[in-house]
Amino acid sequence: MMFESRPRIGRRELLATTMLVGAIGACLPAAAQAATTPAPSIAAETTVAPASAEATAAGASAAIAAAAQPDGDTSIRPFRAHVSEEAVADMRRRLRSTRWPDKETVDDRSQGAQLANLQPLVRYWATGYDWRKGEAKLNAFAQFMTRIDGVDIHFFHVRSKHPDARPMIITHGWPGSVFEQIKLIEPLTDPTAHGGRAEDAFHVVIPSLPGYGFSSRPTETGWGAERIARAWDVLMKRLGYGRYLAQGGDWGAAVVEAMARQAPPGLLGIHTNLPAVFPPDAAAAIGSPGPGPAGLSDTERAALEDVRRFIGSGGWGYYQMMTARPQAVGYGLTDSPTGLAAYMLVHGGFGKWNYGEDPNQTPTVDEVLDNFSLHWLTNTVVSGARLYWENRDQNLLSAEAQKTREIKVPVAITVFPEDDLFRAPESWARRAFPSLVYFNQAERGGHFAAWEEPQIFARELRAAFNSLR
Amino acid sequence: MRSGVKGSARRRWLAASALAGAVGIFAPAAARAETGSAPAGAAAASAAQVAPLQAAATQSVGPEAARPERSGDSSIRPFRFRASDEALAEMRRRIAATQWPEKETVADSSQGVPLATMRKLARYWATDYDWRKAESKLNALPQFVTNIDGLDIHFIHVRSKHPDALPLVISHGWPGSVLEQIKLVGPLTDPTAHGGRADDAFHVVIPSMPGYGFSGKPASPGWGPERMARAWAELMNRLGYARYVAQGGDWGAFVVDQMGLQAPAGLLAVHTNMPATVPADVDKALLAGAPPPAGLSDEEKRAFDQLVRTFRQVDYARLMGSRPQTLYGIADSPVGLAAWLLDHNDADGQPAAAVASALDRTSSAAGELTRDEILDNITLYWLTNTGVSASRLYWEYKGGFFNAKGVKTPVAVTVFPGEQYEAPRSWTERAYPNLIYYSRAQKGGHFAAWEQPRIFAEELRAAFRTLR
Repeated sequence: MMFESRPRIGRRELLATTMLVGAIGACLPAAAQAATTPAPSIAAETTVAPASAEATAAGASAAIAAAAQPDGDTSIRPFRAHVSEEAVADMRRRLRSTRWPDKETVDDRSQGAQLANLQPLVRYWATGYDWRKGEAKLNAFAQFMTRIDGVDIHFFHVRSKHPDARPMIITHGWPGSVFEQIKLIEPLTDPTAHGGRAEDAFHVVIPSLPGYGFSSRPTETGWGAERIARAWDVLMKRLGYGRYLAQGGDWGAAVVEAMARQAPPGLLGIHTNLPAVFPPDAAAAIGSPGPGPAGLSDTERAALEDVRRFIGSGGWGYYQMMTARPQAVGYGLTDSPTGLAAYMLVHGGFGKWNYGEDPNQTPTVDEVLDNFSLHWLTNTVVSGARLYWENRDQNLLSAEAQKTREIKVPVAITVFPEDDLFRAPESWARRAFPSLVYFNQAERGGHFAAWEEPQIFARELRAAFNSLR
Repeated sequence: MRSGVKGSARRRWLAASALAGAVGIFAPAAARAETGSAPAGAAAASAAQVAPLQAAATQSVGPEAARPERSGDSSIRPFRFRASDEALAEMRRRIAATQWPEKETVADSSQGVPLATMRKLARYWATDYDWRKAESKLNALPQFVTNIDGLDIHFIHVRSKHPDALPLVISHGWPGSVLEQIKLVGPLTDPTAHGGRADDAFHVVIPSMPGYGFSGKPASPGWGPERMARAWAELMNRLGYARYVAQGGDWGAFVVDQMGLQAPAGLLAVHTNMPATVPADVDKALLAGAPPPAGLSDEEKRAFDQLVRTFRQVDYARLMGSRPQTLYGIADSPVGLAAWLLDHNDADGQPAAAVASALDRTSSAAGELTRDEILDNITLYWLTNTGVSASRLYWEYKGGFFNAKGVKTPVAVTVFPGEQYEAPRSWTERAYPNLIYYSRAQKGGHFAAWEQPRIFAEELRAAFRTLR
């Protein structure tokens, strides 16, 4: 991260921040006030330094050091995203001067992002796309930074106006970012304006994973799902939330499952949209040929075959590469925004994404480019990829590997039918999670469900956690 | 090596003419280019066959567009490459403007090539490194392009002055190029000047694989090792070589195994330095991550353990094998390309160990791999924009890796100690029932020809001696 800290904190924010810090465990009127109105323009502005030239990189590193919050400092600082004009111009310049490989030798996506799809996307990214609008989407909501376990964590914190709203922390995955979830904020915090009831309201906390977006990049090993889970509990407690809920998909699912295993006091329940439900025999059958275990139902058989097909057709190559050698694959993606986009587009979550051909498809082109630009402008490709390396011993599908049967915390699951990877069968979910309180298959949505179908996603969270009242 | 083209220009001109005439494709231009350095005009004309690569935005189609594939045209055209000054300046500009990631979070290379290594290499690459020297080494050797099976194949062709020299086609691999083998040319074609005897001589043909270096980039699928094997046989025929041998390591080993299986007329034997010898039961255990079958000898157990290590380190191959078109970053970023090509398995083991140690070697008396040679190879990939097309070879190949393929033709094997695994003699004899030579070299690894060219040349002399 390249923060060039310019603490132009206005008096009101300073007061709010101070009170926040002082008021752990108590009701937080100041925070609520800050959260329910869009942050004013005088809020602290954090600039991301241009990361282009070798010569400036050292300067940028110095900026990181300067911005680092001392360990032990538990203050919560207001944050606004502002990337320097130079960095944005440099991104555009690099996009315009992309050197392209030749066209793939097939007529489909089986070798990766197709040249004829990627070139118009990059052309638009370099010319028509406006990062400032993406930045404005972030800055429409209250953001903060706080240091936890040696890493600066960036997060959204939006309190509902409804006094009985329940606090919830929502975790993104790869190749996503908080951009995946910001469309949830209004439906969750203000349900009465979005088809819900006052008692459906949540106070929402959406952190950037360590090494992602505006969170700082860990400089030491150990930031796997377990440590992130512990950090999220610290964050929620630091915000004064003694009782809270947690949600996650993709890597966020690994984090919430870890939280549920750790079961910190106050964690009332988790919701996952990528549950580790594979029983041992089916998990073992994923990687080995043959018919697989006997006695599977049609739904279970379909789940196994879907994952086998996904992996067998090479869908997991990106995963294995980042798990093994994040730094190796990362140099090219750090130096080439086009390379970054192409690598992220290989993710199965984009398997049916049509590059804006259908203007009604979500995420839209601008939303996807917001996300890619955030990864680029914060220079977090390698630090983001390193999450795979950190979790190299994890198996996100296997119930046994995730020790799901040890989980006592209530678990809610929504299956989104268009996820490229698989659809968790309810039978497996019930076996894997003895504390399952909610299971539903939504009518639409895929791997990036919050990004694709925020209204459905919000409705699922209301229904999932209603059972916990 | 310059020494590779020593000898009477006139005699070699005649030899080339005779050769060309023998297959009915007289190519005087080719012969002329072979016998002396091409005039500047010719150089420029040949260089133009590779499209200028500097203007990124305009380069929406690959260089093959500038090199039309003329199916049915079996002419052999002389080739020289000269990168434009603009292309070199652009490469240096991009290297200097690299946006770097942060340092890895470990103190070793277990997450990939360390940042400090890459930055040091990039600094040298952008400033003092001189591609023109590599170009001179290449252009000191006669090079040609000919269209085979719809694709332009670039190759080095150096005939020995010794009339009984044995024709030999040598296949490189990934992340290599013909630059891996050029140090072999002198010792193989001119053995008397390199510690050998006249009857050790070879006529040497070193093609660039499809999608690599100056060969054309396939625009449709199908160019795996089987098709390359047929192409190499056609190439040797076209050059008039009715009896020849073939050599390969890495992907070249797959190619020569396929040549052995296809057994084209005239192929006397193959030599491989990455033999595929693993018995079916052992291969099955390896792929399943199971313990080794009972009854392995110590030597076989050691090979098994080496293969276990190798199979843990093939994620780069998995990615290229599944989604080569994901790697736009290595087409757009020289440092990204360099890191990708350098990170060929973990540096704790082969083959990266040889490469990593070469990055600190600025000169070499015995022909060992140097930093400049590593950069020559990476620069060749950059200037020809072949990072992605080369990766596609992994996508093309769906077969097994080190499993015995059932090759019945005569096979010679040299086991280099730093190879992915040291093929035991027992497995090698079973895999290749017509084994004519088995040797264990003292030094060298996966890039043996590049690392230890003298030893490699001696091995080839010894391997094929019985066939003369």
